[in-house]
Amino acid sequence: MAKRPAALALSLAVPAGLLVAWFLATSLGGVKTYQLASPGDVARELGALWSNGLLWRHLAASIERVLLGFGVALAFSIVLASLVGLSRPIEAALDPTLQAIRSIPSLAWVPLLLLWLGIGESAKVTLIAIGAFFPIYVNLVSGIRNVDRKLVEVGQVLGLGRFELARRVVLPAALPSLLVGARIGLTQAWLFLVAAELLASTRGLGFMLTEGQQIARTDEILTAIVLLALCGKLSESIMRAIESRLLHWTDGLPA
Amino acid sequence: MRHAIEIDGLSKHYGPRAVLERFELFVEPGETLAILGASGCGKSTLLRCIAGLVRPDAGTIAVRDELGFVFQEPRLLPWLTVERNVAFAARSDVERARVKDVLELVGLTPAAHLLPKQLSGGMAQRAALARTLVRNPKILLLDEPLSALDALLRLELQTSLAQIVRETGSTAVLVTHDVQEALYLADRIVVLDGAPARGVLELDVPVPLRRSRTADLTDERIALLAALGIEGRVPRRSHRGLRVVAR
Repeated sequence: MAKRPAALALSLAVPAGLLVAWFLATSLGGVKTYQLASPGDVARELGALWSNGLLWRHLAASIERVLLGFGVALAFSIVLASLVGLSRPIEAALDPTLQAIRSIPSLAWVPLLLLWLGIGESAKVTLIAIGAFFPIYVNLVSGIRNVDRKLVEVGQVLGLGRFELARRVVLPAALPSLLVGARIGLTQAWLFLVAAELLASTRGLGFMLTEGQQIARTDEILTAIVLLALCGKLSESIMRAIESRLLHWTDGLPA
Repeated sequence: MRHAIEIDGLSKHYGPRAVLERFELFVEPGETLAILGASGCGKSTLLRCIAGLVRPDAGTIAVRDELGFVFQEPRLLPWLTVERNVAFAARSDVERARVKDVLELVGLTPAAHLLPKQLSGGMAQRAALARTLVRNPKILLLDEPLSALDALLRLELQTSLAQIVRETGSTAVLVTHDVQEALYLADRIVVLDGAPARGVLELDVPVPLRRSRTADLTDERIALLAALGIEGRVPRRSHRGLRVVAR
């Protein structure tokens, strides 16, 4: 615990250094502001977005899409990974197909999703869900497969049936893998959000990026990038907090 | 009197290796039987067959009463407290009501709310024992339950185990490679040699020696230890078929 302020200072040193470098690069005239907006420009842009309400409008749109897509992915992946992880026949039936789908590059889905679902919210949420699904699925299946056989035997000598064994031993034991998968899946959701919003959207952080590019406003682009970095880091921290809360029983090093 | 466990013609192969071959064993109700042998002689496989963890290739196993199994390691579910680990085995309200009693019996009442990672090896094994006892099984299968513990703790838990077996009136089958432990806990000892496992020596532990420590080394005990091989070695093959009944 005594190390924490030092660790915090260290973790802030690199962003601070980057900020200084950015400031120097733009203020000393080395980089033209139409190529790279200065930190001051970005701060002014943020202030303007804050006062005209657009900041929250863009942020809220993106956060809503990420949470919806992530939620759908979480639900589907838990169900499918449990089935595949617990049953060899279901694995044989489903896993090769899912692995093949997993290897499709994310953007290949976009034309199809636009045709099927139009340019509305559902296409975006679906794309994000596809992106977040696989890390959760893959981690949970392998977590279920690697549950300590010795714990399973405890259930067996107590005469638990397959369903009870899954519910009371295997799935709780696989919780750490689920949470690792969910953390990666949430990061992936932000990634796919930008892909989804770069096409056909009127609000959101991805829209800010496209709009900034079209009207050659690097301050708007950089503002969106900074916001994406903050959102990504924040959701990662939230997931880690959830992990350490739910996994206080593990004996290993903290994640 | 009917046997508590009857094993007849039991065979188990792992690939070409026969671990059990037409094996036969009878366990009397109420007795503590120690199965003694070096690692790899098939004694654990035998116990796992009785518990249904290993499916034998051939043979019959008849078990007259409910079984409880204690593993070599505690195998507690790491996400549950001691109390909830014990309650894990309970199937009815009656058994759930016993949780507090068995925790008291194994001396873990103060540790009821700890997680497994907070327990010492001895406490964890006591918790595992409590989990088995909560169903009040009439037959206890003990697969080297104390061999992962250090020497002093092992002695302490041997005493508790002997007491618990006596108080619950259980039949117990103890698999061990520790001669002293077998002599201390058992009414009867079968020495196995493998593989495939065969009984090379069987003896009834004389009543005055049961639950007594080696500190009082009588001539009788010295003779028994010599017969069993004092360091836990399986007796030489020339002992095969020998039956020592010391009275």
